[in-house]
Amino acid sequence: MIKNVWNRYRNPTLFTLLLMLIPAVIGGQKHLLTTACMVLIYSIIAMSLNLLMGFGGQISIGHASFMAIGAYSSAIFTLKLGIPFWIALPAAGFFTALIGFGVGLPAVRLKGHFLAVATLGFGVAIPELTMKWDKLTGGFSGLFPEKPVLFGYIFKSDLSLYYLIAVVTLLCTWLMRNLINSRIGRAFVAIRESEVAAAAMGINVPLYKALMFSISAFFTGVAGSLYAHYIGFISPFDFNIGISLTLLAMVVVGGFASIPGSFIGALVLTLIPEFTNHVAGLSLVVTGIALVLVTLFFPDGLVSVRKIWQERLKKRKVVSKHAL
Amino acid sequence: MFSQLVVSGLLVGSLYGLAALGLVLIYKTSDLVNFAQGEMAMVSTFVGFTFLHYLGFDYWAAFLAAILFAAIFGVLIERVFIRPIRKERVISQIILTLGIFMILRGAAGMIWGHEPSSFPEAISGAPYAVGNWMITPNQIFVLAATIALMLLFFALFRFTMIGLAMRAAAQNLMTSELMGIRTGTIYSLTWAIGAFLGGVAGFLIAPTTFLDPNMMGEVIIKAFAAAVLGGFTSLPGAVVGGLLIGLFENLVAGYISAELKSAFVFFLIIFILYVKPTGLFGIKQVKKV
Repeated sequence: MIKNVWNRYRNPTLFTLLLMLIPAVIGGQKHLLTTACMVLIYSIIAMSLNLLMGFGGQISIGHASFMAIGAYSSAIFTLKLGIPFWIALPAAGFFTALIGFGVGLPAVRLKGHFLAVATLGFGVAIPELTMKWDKLTGGFSGLFPEKPVLFGYIFKSDLSLYYLIAVVTLLCTWLMRNLINSRIGRAFVAIRESEVAAAAMGINVPLYKALMFSISAFFTGVAGSLYAHYIGFISPFDFNIGISLTLLAMVVVGGFASIPGSFIGALVLTLIPEFTNHVAGLSLVVTGIALVLVTLFFPDGLVSVRKIWQERLKKRKVVSKHAL
Repeated sequence: MFSQLVVSGLLVGSLYGLAALGLVLIYKTSDLVNFAQGEMAMVSTFVGFTFLHYLGFDYWAAFLAAILFAAIFGVLIERVFIRPIRKERVISQIILTLGIFMILRGAAGMIWGHEPSSFPEAISGAPYAVGNWMITPNQIFVLAATIALMLLFFALFRFTMIGLAMRAAAQNLMTSELMGIRTGTIYSLTWAIGAFLGGVAGFLIAPTTFLDPNMMGEVIIKAFAAAVLGGFTSLPGAVVGGLLIGLFENLVAGYISAELKSAFVFFLIIFILYVKPTGLFGIKQVKKV
C-alpha cells in the first residue's frame, strides 16, 4: 500500500525537491540563478510545444509568436490597464489560447509540410506586427513590464523570482501531466497515430486539433508572461524566428512526447548560447548541428539514449550467451 | 499610381517566383519542403561574391562559378542529410532541413560577416520610361530569366525521359525502382537543379536585398507563399503565384500600410491554405488509408 503510494508520487516529489534545492546548490552565483530561471521558463514552452508535436503529431515553427503574445498581453494588462500580476498571468494565458484556437483552425485542414509553412508565416508575422503596432507595443523600444507583485509582496530579489517561476513551472508540469493522461491527451495521441482511425473512434478531429493548439498556446502564453515580468523588458527581437527554431530544437533534442525530455531540451538549448555567444552565429551553427545529429541518430531525442544503451547491453548479453 | 504599383509589384513578384521555382521542383520529386532553400541560395551567392570581389572574376564568370557550386552543394546536401531520412516521418524531414537552415545561416555569418554589402546588377543601364512607369533593363532581365527558367524546367518535366523519371519517382518510389529508374540519381539531380535555381535566384535577388546572411529571410517567406498559391507542385503556378504575391504586397503597401505588407502576405497564405489547400494550379492528392 505504502509502496504503491510511494511509486505514484516518487517522481513528482523528487522533482519538486530538486527545483526547490537548486538555489542552494548554486549558492549566491547570480548568473547561474538567472540561467536556471530561463531554463524553467523555456521548459514550460518546450512542454507545451511537445504537447503539440510529440503527443499531437502537429508542427509549429512559429511558437515564439505565442510567447510574444503572452508576454505583450501581460505587459499591456499590467502597464496600461492596471490589472494586478496574479490576474494578468492567467489572463495572458487565456488570451494567447484564444489566438491559438484561431491559428489552430487552419491547422485542421493542413498537414505536415504545409502546416509548417503556415506556422512559419505566423512566426514571422507576429514579431513584425509587434514592431509596427508601436502605439500599443512600443515598437523598437519595447515595453518595460513591472516586477511581479503578489498580495503586496514585490518579487524583487533573484531568489524570490526563482521560486515564483519554479512554483508556476511545477503547476504547469502537473497540469500538463494530468492532461496528457486524460481523455483529451489520449485523443491527441489517437489523432497523431491516425486521423481517420481517431475519427472512427468518435473523436471530433477538427475540434481537438484546434484545442491542441489552444492548450499549447495557453501554457506558452503563461511562460511568455513570466518571461516579460522576470526580464523586465520585451522587444520584438526577443521572439523572432530564431527563437521559434530554438524552441523547436528543445523539443527535438530533448525527446518527443516526453515531459522530462522537454526539461532536458530546454536545459541543453539554454546552455548552448551561454557557451557560444562570444562568436556571432556560432550558437546558431551548434544548435543546427544538434538538430541534425539528433534527427539522424536519435530520432527520439536525448531521453532515448538510456533506453538505447540498455537494449544494446541486453543484446550483448544474449550474444555472449549464444557464444557459449 | 495604381498602374505604377501594379508594374513594380509584378517586377518584385518575379523575384519571388524565381525563388519559388527551386522549392517547387524539390517538392515535386521528393515530396519534401526544403526549408533551407533560401539559405542554400544565400551561401552560393556569397560564393559568387567571393569569386567576384576577392578573386577578381568578371560578373558572368562569377555567376557561372556560383551556380556550379550551388548544384554541387545541392547534391552534397541530398546525399549526406536528406537521403538517410527520405522514408522517415514528415516531422523529421522538416526538422532536418530547419537544422541545415540554422547551420548555413550561422556559418555564413561567421565566414563572411554580418555586414550587408552591395551587389552588382546583371545588366546595368538607365531605366526606360514606358508611359509613366520607370523600368530598368535589369528588372526586365529578371522577369525574362524567371519565365525562361520556368518554361525550360516545365518542358524538362513534361517532355524528357529525365522528367518522366522524376514524375515516376514522385508518384511511386518502389514501382519506379522496379522499372529500372535509378531513383537515387534522380533525387540527386533534383536537388542539383533545385539548388541551381536557388543559386540563380540568390544572384539576381542580392542587388535588391543587399548581400548578408539574412538576405533571403524575407524573400523566402514570399517564395513559400508563392509556391502555396501556385499549389506547390506546379512550376507555372509558382511563377504566377510569385507575381500575384508581389502585386498583392505592393497594393497593400500602397493603399493600406507599407509596414504591414509581410503580415498581410502571411494572412494570404493562411487564407489560401484554408479555402483552397491545393492552390491555384495544384492537384488534390488522395491518400489511401
